Amino acid sequence: MAPTGIEIHGLGYELYGAEILKDVDVLVREGETTAIVGSSGAGKSTLLRAINRLIEPTSGEVYLDGEPTSRLDPLELRRRVGMVFQVPALFGGSVAGAVLYGARLAGKAADPGRLLEMVGLSASLAERDPQTLSVGQQQRVAIARALALGPEALLLDEPTSALDEGARRKIEELVTDLNARLGLTMVFVSHDLSQVERVADRVVVLAEGKCMGEWDSDDFFSRAGERARRYIAGGL
Amino acid sequence: MAGLQTVGSALLTLGLVAIAVALSLYERLDLEKDIGLAVVRSFVQLAAIGYVIDYVFGLENLWVVVMLLAGMVLFAAWTSARRARDVPNAFLIVVVAVGVAAVATLVLLLALGIVPATARYLIPLGGMVIGNSMNASSLTMTRIRDDLAEQRPKVEAALALGATSRQAVSPILKTALQRALIPLIDATKTTGIIFLPGAMVGMIIAGADPLEAVRLQIVVLYMLLGSVSIAAILVGTLSYRSFFTPRHQLETAPPEH
Repeated sequence: MAPTGIEIHGLGYELYGAEILKDVDVLVREGETTAIVGSSGAGKSTLLRAINRLIEPTSGEVYLDGEPTSRLDPLELRRRVGMVFQVPALFGGSVAGAVLYGARLAGKAADPGRLLEMVGLSASLAERDPQTLSVGQQQRVAIARALALGPEALLLDEPTSALDEGARRKIEELVTDLNARLGLTMVFVSHDLSQVERVADRVVVLAEGKCMGEWDSDDFFSRAGERARRYIAGGL
Repeated sequence: MAGLQTVGSALLTLGLVAIAVALSLYERLDLEKDIGLAVVRSFVQLAAIGYVIDYVFGLENLWVVVMLLAGMVLFAAWTSARRARDVPNAFLIVVVAVGVAAVATLVLLLALGIVPATARYLIPLGGMVIGNSMNASSLTMTRIRDDLAEQRPKVEAALALGATSRQAVSPILKTALQRALIPLIDATKTTGIIFLPGAMVGMIIAGADPLEAVRLQIVVLYMLLGSVSIAAILVGTLSYRSFFTPRHQLETAPPEH
């Protein structure tokens, strides 16, 4: 499917009296990888979950390819916008079962072997029990599981935080590779600035639920973004 | 039967409880308070219900029976809801589930002419259905609540893959219902081999014909198996919903708990 831009407009989210997100505006351009950075508790994961409506924003709107997501069927929306979490959380018996979970629910045909190869795993793992794989491999299976639905965009919520340095780099390479090969629009939440420099085209900084600004990655990591970087480093 | 003619002789069995309390104290198990409370409460409650049933039997008024059973359902729901504290609307859910199970069972027993419409049958049988359904309801709800907290990442991942709340919660619901119903199913399977159920024991001790006791016990077993399963399934399918929004979003529990 054609890649899709995501526009976040005046987004607010309140939970039990606490304001988690305050009037956030973000433009995620189609086909690009936009990183959302900020210290823990800044609202990064919440913002990501508002995009595929795993949570219901209190105010504002998220537009997917110009369409207000509040008017989309949430199940349909989530099939169009895939998500990868901090932990793989695989289920479905075998690796193939895990990969095909969403596609089966949607009644879509998908080839688990091809999907596994897309994320750099051997198709021969298909019948394995996912728990016998390394966490890095499990996270690849989680990415394949999201790709099985043929999404237009992919949300990644600190997908490498449970991994060691080696596995982390490999997932980063996979993400940039998928972005380049499939032209998938990606939103990548991270608290690791060196990682952001490696994967992101754009950088959005969140602090205490507010958007502090958006930069092209090159600007952010050159002099122009020095203050924002120092601000985050202080908060991390 | 001479030994059971006075309350005093019934209280002699407290000697056994005293041994249990002594053991608990000796081993510092902290069970004595709970055991003590259970002894006092059961005595007061049984004595009270004994007089109530005696009175109701004398009235022979079906409305009084219905009111009494309704009271039991409300009390069961209150007890179960206290167990399943963080389950939204737990009280209402159990009222519906246990109420439906009790009404369905008793109406069926009456309609098929298995028991006559008298207080002597309806109150004890209704009480059994309500009590057992209450236990299964508590087990089902607490299990769903705990598993949803523990398996939140999996449930969220399923939702993110386009699953409905029902689909995302389905493995949890299945385990919860299995766990809640296994004790009853196993008891039903092994009945007569490992243990003789209460109703039958009571009738045999009271001098009834063993075969007649078996006949009643079969009615009781099937009635319980059916009604408790109905109650647990209703509680399961109603209670998981309160953890989700209509837009298939997992509710976030309040911070302080």
